[in-house]
Amino acid sequence: MCEVIVITSGKGGVGKTTTTANVGTGLAKLNKKVVLIDTDIGLRNLDVVMGLENRIVYNLVDVVEGNCRIKQALIKDKKYPSLFLLPSAQTRDKTSVNPEQMKKLIDDLKPDFDYILLDCPAGIEQGFKNAIAAADRALVVTTPEVSAIRDADRIIGLLEANEIKKTELIVNRLRMDMVKRGDMMSIEDVQEILAIDLIGAVPDDEQIVISTNQGEPLVGTDCLAGRAYMNICNRILGEDVPLLDLDTKNGIFSKIAGMFKKN
Amino acid sequence: MGLMDIFKKKGSGDVAKDRLKLLLVSDRADCSPDVMMAIKNDIIQVISKYMEIDAEGLDIQITQTESETSNGTVPALYANIPIKDLKHSSGK
Repeated sequence: MCEVIVITSGKGGVGKTTTTANVGTGLAKLNKKVVLIDTDIGLRNLDVVMGLENRIVYNLVDVVEGNCRIKQALIKDKKYPSLFLLPSAQTRDKTSVNPEQMKKLIDDLKPDFDYILLDCPAGIEQGFKNAIAAADRALVVTTPEVSAIRDADRIIGLLEANEIKKTELIVNRLRMDMVKRGDMMSIEDVQEILAIDLIGAVPDDEQIVISTNQGEPLVGTDCLAGRAYMNICNRILGEDVPLLDLDTKNGIFSKIAGMFKKN
Repeated sequence: MGLMDIFKKKGSGDVAKDRLKLLLVSDRADCSPDVMMAIKNDIIQVISKYMEIDAEGLDIQITQTESETSNGTVPALYANIPIKDLKHSSGK
């Protein structure tokens, strides 16, 4: 049984591509057969985040237009043999593909995979419609900022209207020091506003920048973001994993300081 | 530094949350300021038939309120209409 998951956000730059790369790699680490599809035609990025940019021969539009077979366009991951990437086209635009073609493409891939992850472009136009056309489940990525949350709310409404059964929230780039100071909305605040189930929270971690620089997703490594992404993967598989304590400083001193900061 | 926070006003996180709550209600209701103005004018007209109201001080907005039937909140139209004079004119 294959599950099709779209990773979306509305606003750009909140971490859709990073999330897709890490969740996809994490699921492959958990021995699932996974294909990542970059649906951001014209602005492809998932290939560089995965470190596979030098291996691209064919792309999504080539497959849809029949210039090649799907198998020819799939790029195998460097580390995990059960992980594949279908890159997007860089020199075309969103209208090169329509939702019907996406559905057909995904139906053709379904028999060979456990999970199909779709990296959705920013915005709510054609690219978004293509990405959600075949999705069973959606992960909505947001950061704890007003603009990102407002866009996420709009996206959640559109997902509901398109009858995506399961929509879950990822709060990205949390800074616990700022949350404690009262200068950033907490996970609970964001969840209360958007009113959908939370599937994970990822801290703002320098390691993410480093991992993107190197083109190697950090899921599963021993850093906060790496653990947070792995937890999300396990929750996708249906496991009940408690929320990670994102607070790095848990010493006695900061606890005492925390008591005074409560207000 | 911690103790000082007690005297400080609301953190910007709470400000963001409050602003978002209001913003999303109008986003979700898809109610433009023009529509709100039209509703406001109609309310003034109707109520004015029965009593003298302060049209300037009238305030309407769409907010969230606790649902009576289910857990969670539902949108509600909130109107604050200051009455200047209760006319007891039964025959209009």
